[in-house]
Formats: sequence, structure tokens, C-alpha cells
Amino acid sequence: MASGVRLTIRSSGDDPRSGGLVADAHALGLTAVTSIHVADVVFFAADLPHDHLAELEAVLIDPMLQTGTWDVPTDGIETALLPGVTDPAATAIQLAMATVGLPHVEVATGRLFQIDGDLSPTEHAAIARRLLANQVIERWAPAPIEPHFIDATATADRTVDHVAVTNLTDDELQALSRERGLSLDLAELRAIATHYRGVGREPTDVELETLAQTWSEHCSHKTFRARITTADGTEITPLLKQLRNCTDRIDAPFVVSSFVGNAGIVRYSPGVTLAVKAETHNHPSAIEPFGGANTGVGGVIRDVMGAAHHPIAVTDILCFGPTDLPADQLPEGVLHPRLIESGVIAGVADYGNKIGLPNVAGAVLYDPGYIANPLVYAGCIGIAADAPELPGPQPGDLVAVIGGRTGRDGLRGATFSSATMDATTGDVAGASVQIGDPIVEKLVIDAMAECHGLYSAVTDCGAGGLSSAVGEMAEGVGADVDVTLAPLKYPGLRPWEIWLSEAQERMVFAVPPAHWPSMQAVCARHGVEAVSLGTFTGDGVLRVRAGDLTVLELDTHFLHDGRPQRSMVATLPTPHRGDAAAPECADPTATLLALLAHPNIASKERVIRRYDHEIRGATAVRPLVGAHHDGHADGVVLAEPTDTHGFAVGIGVNPWFGLADPERMAHAVIDEAIRNVVAVGADPDMVVLLDNFSWGDPRRETTLGDLVMAVQGCCDAAEHHGAPFVSGKDSLNNEYLGSDGQRHAVPPTLVITAMAHVPNADATVTPDLKHAGNVLVQVGSTDVEFAGSHFAKLHPVGPAVVPAPVADAHDRYRRLHRALASGRVLACHDLSEGGLAVALAEMAIAGRLGVRIHTLPHADATTAWFSESNGRFVVELRPRDLTWFTELVGGPIHVLGETTTHGAFEAPGISASVEQLVAAFRQEGAL
Amino acid sequence: MSSPTAIVLAAPGTNRDLDVSFALELAGASPRIVLLAELLADPSVLGAAQMLVVAGGFSYADALGAGRMWSLELSHGVGDALTGFVSAGKPVIGICNGFQVLTRTGLLPGSLGHNESGHFQCEWVRLEAPPSKSIWTAGLEPIECPIAHGEGRYVHPDVAALTAAGQVALRYSGTNPNGSLDAIAGVCDESGVVLGLMPHPENHVLARQHPRRTRGTQHGLGLHLFEQGVRHARGM
Repeated sequence: MASGVRLTIRSSGDDPRSGGLVADAHALGLTAVTSIHVADVVFFAADLPHDHLAELEAVLIDPMLQTGTWDVPTDGIETALLPGVTDPAATAIQLAMATVGLPHVEVATGRLFQIDGDLSPTEHAAIARRLLANQVIERWAPAPIEPHFIDATATADRTVDHVAVTNLTDDELQALSRERGLSLDLAELRAIATHYRGVGREPTDVELETLAQTWSEHCSHKTFRARITTADGTEITPLLKQLRNCTDRIDAPFVVSSFVGNAGIVRYSPGVTLAVKAETHNHPSAIEPFGGANTGVGGVIRDVMGAAHHPIAVTDILCFGPTDLPADQLPEGVLHPRLIESGVIAGVADYGNKIGLPNVAGAVLYDPGYIANPLVYAGCIGIAADAPELPGPQPGDLVAVIGGRTGRDGLRGATFSSATMDATTGDVAGASVQIGDPIVEKLVIDAMAECHGLYSAVTDCGAGGLSSAVGEMAEGVGADVDVTLAPLKYPGLRPWEIWLSEAQERMVFAVPPAHWPSMQAVCARHGVEAVSLGTFTGDGVLRVRAGDLTVLELDTHFLHDGRPQRSMVATLPTPHRGDAAAPECADPTATLLALLAHPNIASKERVIRRYDHEIRGATAVRPLVGAHHDGHADGVVLAEPTDTHGFAVGIGVNPWFGLADPERMAHAVIDEAIRNVVAVGADPDMVVLLDNFSWGDPRRETTLGDLVMAVQGCCDAAEHHGAPFVSGKDSLNNEYLGSDGQRHAVPPTLVITAMAHVPNADATVTPDLKHAGNVLVQVGSTDVEFAGSHFAKLHPVGPAVVPAPVADAHDRYRRLHRALASGRVLACHDLSEGGLAVALAEMAIAGRLGVRIHTLPHADATTAWFSESNGRFVVELRPRDLTWFTELVGGPIHVLGETTTHGAFEAPGISASVEQLVAAFRQEGAL
Repeated sequence: MSSPTAIVLAAPGTNRDLDVSFALELAGASPRIVLLAELLADPSVLGAAQMLVVAGGFSYADALGAGRMWSLELSHGVGDALTGFVSAGKPVIGICNGFQVLTRTGLLPGSLGHNESGHFQCEWVRLEAPPSKSIWTAGLEPIECPIAHGEGRYVHPDVAALTAAGQVALRYSGTNPNGSLDAIAGVCDESGVVLGLMPHPENHVLARQHPRRTRGTQHGLGLHLFEQGVRHARGM
């Protein structure tokens, strides 16, 4: 270091991080590594006197756990954050120094790795590059690394450039879009050129970037609003309109607001509303798994805050490539699924745990289709006292920004997420990744809880940053803001960087000037920064200034309505719906054990335990249930400790059905999500749905055709169940352009979240078997439906169909609900991946009880055990309740057998001990 | 019966302040959430309280190690007032992050390192109270409640002396979830009025909150621990 000092802090005992790193290195094929020792490094920009060093040691080192040294290391590899990346640890150290009375000095943090093993310098470099440093946010160098400190003296370049568009040819316009990463198509570029010819000038760089963000697929849902025709010229209603129409037709009395604002809003009980939303953060998570997933959670929580609700729970659904993928099969420029998985899970856990919200529902899926494009869905639910609707921004209201500071984080995130990934994405997209600070968002939540009635509108700063948040709020009203008034993380930002930054943890409010002092006082009490950037004007023009210099002046009508509707062509799929032959299964026991150990079915306990699902004391049915707390619940139930009622959350997702028959897939996953909430005790007549689509490039006609049929299936299923969509989101272009020139798209992945009213929070039901000597009954019937099944991943199935919709499913769920509400059904479990055999095994595992099955619900045993037909459950009943249940529920009911103390799964063709089932489910043989 | 005032102290990032307030109310106290900045501005608010709770969460995001920043602010800002509160015999409890804070301020012995697993864990545990000086746990029937932490591995240079001094207040029974020395889940100070523990008894104050409720399990309410603290405060 040119000047300054550095403190290296090591664990006294084994550092728990070390073991994981060695395992990761081995998984990457670097098997010569024997150990990796980690130490934390703190860099101080100035030389400090000895007494200050001693004080810093006292502050930073716990002598019972750690040792520290001021010596500069001479071997090992060090990492440090890239310039501009937020360093919360450095900020905390500066705060600590101020608390103990030490003078201010710039601080940076990093890590030192000492690697043992017979390794060449090339292999050392490979470990650093592929494992130790995430080059999207970090640099690495042989120790000692030279740290970067924040340049507190940087000055902002306030120039504004005009970009010539009005006289460009079509080719030149498209070249401009590529050069600037605008992700706009020709019709959109032409609309911009025409607009500016009318205005009589060229757009500024800020205007062009703002239009690109607002018109991005991510923000404007071009495909879901597009005019779609099929190859034979038939016109299809725009997809978003179909979903909205469906909700309107259902006309459920408990829907307060759907498809407007940041989240769907429902009222299940008088005086209280719930807001619910799910989002994807796929592209950021692919290149920086921790930060991408972390800010995905933070972002969806802000969506609920932006609907003026208080967040109370989060959810996550994660899709990864196989974590045992051989290193030589990894595409160029792609992180190994194992590293993506561990980073994403740590990122989800970090945000939810620190902000203090229970992570209650989710799923983890594995498929080779997710190797280059992992999917990260994050959801949030909020609660609010039933309040009058906010009036929206009024002329004269202040444009107030509350929360975190603005830096260069996440510039152009919306346009980035609307583009296809390739081998260079990680290098060029560095600035697109945001870094989260959950504590700041927590403080904003606390402050908002005391701001009721003080603001006329609120929205969150998400993709597109202030440009999107202020741009949306100003629609029709107009606003005049000075971006130089925004508090910055560090000096030197240009006006467009402030305007477009996706720095996290910021909310924008419209505040009547009379209420502003009260709002500032609340924020000050909670240590939250609150500034006014300007006012909503009433003239319909969005005006952005840097001091006196106008950098953007846009008619908000053009900004929001000027984008030409996209026209697209779809080729509809022709899935096999004909005859299906029952497949052969030579060894049902081995098949059952293999299914239980399949990554998609096996225990997710190691993931779920990383998330706090207890905080708030409102989790009445947890994600893990049963005698040993290691069985998967179908859905979860949340009930405020002082309430008698609550609500359930269930997830449905099945991309393998989607590959074979997207329309039936949509039916099946909606049926699954609803089965999951009904199974725990929710009322099937009080369900709302969220739709989240992650798809490939919809400009490919067959990909769009799959999407069209999935939306069709969604609408049909939602209407059948009377369960309206209240919010949704699409993430398209989840494709990877391989160095082989081939495009690799994710399988069609529709995640359905169902949220439903639970009338009696003390009458919930879980799938774990309760007592020996009870009767096991299957509700619903089984057909030969093996396309996309997990059985088909193990054995050939021949011509096969995806499970068909069940005509009387909704009535069946109503009748089952009445039975569950009586408290006489001891256990209930829905049948999904792996069919009846897996469901019974999961109930036995969760309850650590045996089952003896004497009658199968289908003449063909393989179909009975492993088909994945819709509309089915298994329930456990006392023998004396069988007649009552049969009369109440009616319809197809099959008495299967009984529960036992034998500790075994005994059935025609299947024989396994519960211990074997547990070992397979927990993948204990494999680890 | 009188309802002792309990200050629930919350720093930036504290997130179980509401949960513990609910538990205190059920146990018969009158909880009042006080933000750290408010206490630092006016340490006299402590004088009006009969109990002090340092609540759980991720104060300052645990940036320098769990609880370190918060403990610096307490020691430097209101160290004397805190010592006075304890020597007056008023009950103090630090839960999870609050336990980490109290060890770093020196009010409780030992320290808390990263879990053996290397990461955050959320699971239910069973706690037993060995005979000790703790007014919170002495004679307490076993309780069941969740843990939710990444840095909960208890360490101490001389655990035999600590045990002999009657300062081991709670032990994990059955599974030791984080590798704590001697399965220690909670310790008290020499006087017995200050308790620190990693698990969250405030998340098991109603029978409905037990994960095996649908299996008929109804025992081990964490509420009883708070009731003992409130009883002691009433007797002051």
C-alpha cells in the first residue's frame, strides 16, 4: 500500500467458511486443493498512530474467537470490492471508529485466502477467478492486494449530450440501440425518431435512456400487451388482457385491487387487507447469485410497501442446473450451478433473515435447462388496516425520496434483464448488479408504519430507478425534479446516473407540503434519510434538472403511451393428447426410493433451515412438519397470534409438463397450488392467484405459441376454480447464446402462487401420519398420465399425455374443505411429483409411521403408484370416521389401506422400511 | 397485580422487538419499545423501568461480528446507567442478538462464534434449566422454542468455573444445534438478574405456535421464562 495500514483478522479455531470452499473447489475439478484458509482484511487509507491501532484491535477483534495482525501477508490470494460497489462493512467500521472517538479515515474491506495443495500458478489463478472472487463485484490479486478507497473529492460531470436520432436510417437506428444497449426494436426506435422530429430537437442521453427503461420488456410487458396472430391469421386477445378479463369475469367480492399498482390486494376479513406480489430476478442472479437473489427479495418487499402495506412474509422459488454437473460440461462464461445455488440461497436467506420476515413457502427445482439461466422467484405478502384508497399525486405535492442513498448500482438493469445472456454478460453487465442493505429497508418499513395519512401516493424504486418510479407517478400529472438533491453514496455521479441508478432500498412518495415536516420527523426518529427532489406540477410534463440545467423534458403521455404496440406471430403447439399406454415398472420399490432421492422430490430441509420461518410468531403451519420436523408441508398457514383466522400460501410449478403440453401444464400447476392450500385447511372459495412466467425468447414463434396456450390454460383453470389472478409478472428472454452458436432457453416455467383464507387457524391439517390403526383414503381418481412425470425421468414411458384437467375438481375441494374444517381428518397430503407412492412415503416419513396398502386406485399398478393425475389427495381417518367422510366428500374415493406401527411401507409390489424411505428422502446415501 | 414496565431496546436492525413485547404483555409486564438513539439521547428513561430486554435481530447487519456495534454504543453511551440498573437488581434479558450484545459489553461471560455449520439455522430446540443463580430460569420446566441465528456457538475459557459459579442457566437438551461448548444455550451474570440466551422463547407463548400442535403436542411454553422475570420485577 502506498500509505495506510491493514488489519488481517483470522478465526482462532477452524473458520467454518473454509470447509465449504474446499468442497466447492473439488466440485469445480480442482481436486488437488487440500485446504483454503480464509481471513478478513480491513484497509485503512491513512497511517495511524500506535494507540489508535490498539483501539481498533479492541473494537474489531474478539480475543475469545479471533486473532489479528497488522503485518502485510506475502503469500495467498486476496480479493477486494471493485470501485463503486457498496461496502457496508467499511461503513460500519467507520461508524464504530466515530463511536469510540477515533478520527475519520477512509476504510475498505477484503478477504485473504491461503490455499494448500499441489497446485500450479495457473490452477491458483483458476481458483481465484472461478471460486474466490466474483468478478462482477470483486477484484483479486496475489496478496497483498491494493485496495480502492472512495474518492471523496470526485466532482460530477454535469454535461448533457444530445443523441442524433431524427435523421438516422433504420440500420443506423438499430446500430444505435445495440451500441447503447437500449434493447429497443425498430418500430420503437422509429417512434422515438418521429416524436423528436415533431419536438424539433434531438433527445438528450437522459431522455433516450429513460425511454429505453420505460419501454423495456421488463417494465412495459411488450409481449403480454402485444397484438398476436397465429400462422393462419387468427388474432389472439393480448395475453395481459386475457388474464384481466378472466379476473373481471370471476368478479370475486374479496378482490380489492388487481393488476394495478405494485401488488394485488385482497380482503378476506373485515377491516384488514392483504397485498401479495411475486417477482423474478433471474438475470442478476445468474451473474452475481448472492446480490441478485438478495436484491430480488428486497425488491419484492418494496413492491408490497409500494402498495402501502406492511410486509409480513416472503416466499421463494428457485430453479437451478444440476449441482453435480461435471466441470467440463459447463458452458463458457457461466457459473457452476453449485455456486449459483449456494450464492442464491445465501442471498435469499440474508435479506429475509436480516429484515426480519419469515420465509414461509417455496420450491427448489433442478433441471439441465437452468444451467445458464437459473430462475429466482421471490414473493412477499403484506398486511394493512382497511384504509381509504390513496388519491394519487396531486399538483403541488412534493416528490420525496426516502431510504437508501444513490450510487452507481444497477445501472440499466431493466434493459439488461430484457436481453439474452452470452459468454460476455458477466463482464459487461457488472454495473447492472445491485447490492442490498436489508437494515435500511427495515428502517424504511418502520418509518412507513408511522406515516399513514401523510402521503397521497407511494411507489418503490425498482428497475429503472427514479426514472421509472417518478416517471410512473408523474403520468398525466407531470413533475419537476432536481436530481442533484438526491443524497449520494459518493460524489461524482452524472445526472443520468442518478436518474437511472437502481440503488436499493428507496421509496418515492407524493407528499402534500403541509405533511412534509411530520414525515421528515418520523424518518429522522428512525434514522432514515428523507429528501424532496421537487414537485408534481400538474402540467403533464416530466422535467428533470441538474441544478439549473434541464437534462430531460418529456411529455408523460409519450413516455407511457407512445410505444407502438408490438405485433407478434405465434405457432401454437400440438401436444399429444391421444392414447397413452401404461409404462412398465420392473421394480416399484427401487423406483420409489429413486424418486424420493431425486433432487426435485428429496428433502429441502438444508435450504429451508437457512431461512427464519418463526419470526413474528404467526407461522401456524410451517414448511417443515411432522414428528421430526422434517416432512414437507403442502402449504403454509400464517395467522396473527391474536387472530382466530389466517391465510394459507401454496405454490404450483411444473416445467416438465410445460415442455410436453403448456396448456395442460397451466391447468395442472393452478390445480396444484390450490390443492396445496386446501390440504392445510384453506377455503377453496376464497383463493387468489399470482402468475409468474419465465420463458424463452417470445420472438421465436413456437416459444410464443407455448406462452399463448399457457395463458389460455391459466384463464380456464382460474375460472373453473373461481380463483382470480390479482397480480403477475413475466420474465422473458431467459436464453443463453452459447459459444456453439446455439440458443438455450429455459423450459416453460410458470409459477403459480395461491393465497387463500383459512377460516379457523386452529383447525389446520398437516400431511404427517398421526397414529397407527387409521384408514388411508385416496380422494380423486388416477389415469394413465405420464408425460412430464418424474417416473418418466427414470423409465421410458412411450406415448404419454400430461395430466388432464379434472372436471369436478372445484366441487371436490369444497367438500374436502368441509371435512377438514370439522377437525376429524387427521392428515391430508396432495398428490403431485412422483404420484401416490411418493405421497404415501412422504406421509410415512413425516409421521415416522408405517403404511400397509391392500387396494390400489387403478387396475394398472404402475399407473396407480406413479401417475401424476390432477385433483388427488390422501387423507388419514379414524376407522369410525370412514363412512362419515365418504358420505360428506363423495365422488371418487378409494380406501387404500391403513397406518401401522411396523415402520414399513408394505404394499403389493412395494416393500421398504420407513428408515429406508427417510434415508432416500434425505439423500443420506448420496452425501 | 402490578404490571412492571419493561423497556424493549431496539437498535437499527433489531427485528424481534414486537415478538418479545407480545410475550412480555402475556407475562404481565407493560412493554415499551425504546430505540437505541432515544436511550443514548436520554439515559434517564432506564430509571423509570423495572425490566430491560435487549431484543433479537441483526443490529447494524452484524457487520463487525454479531452485536459488536450495538455493544460499543451501549458501553460508550450509557455504560454507567446499565451497570446501575443491574446492581439495583432489576432483571435484564438479552435474546439472540441481545445475548451477543451483552457478552460484548461484559455484562455476561463468554462469547458467541459462528455456528459449527458455518451458516444461519432456524429450527426448534428443547431447553433445560440446570440449577443456577438465574432468577429467570431457576426451577423452570423444560421449554421448547426456535433458534434463528448464524452466530450462536457459545465459547468460554473456563466452563467448569462458570458451571460451578451457577452461571449456566440453560442447556440444549438432545441436539446441540450450533456446537456450543457444553451445549450451553444461556448464561447469567454473577448476580443472577442478567440472562442471555440464543433461542427465542418469545416465539412460543401460545400453544398454537408449537410445530407439533397438529400431533397433539402442548407443552414447553417459553412464556414461563418471561413470567419468572416479571415475578422477580414485581418483587423488587
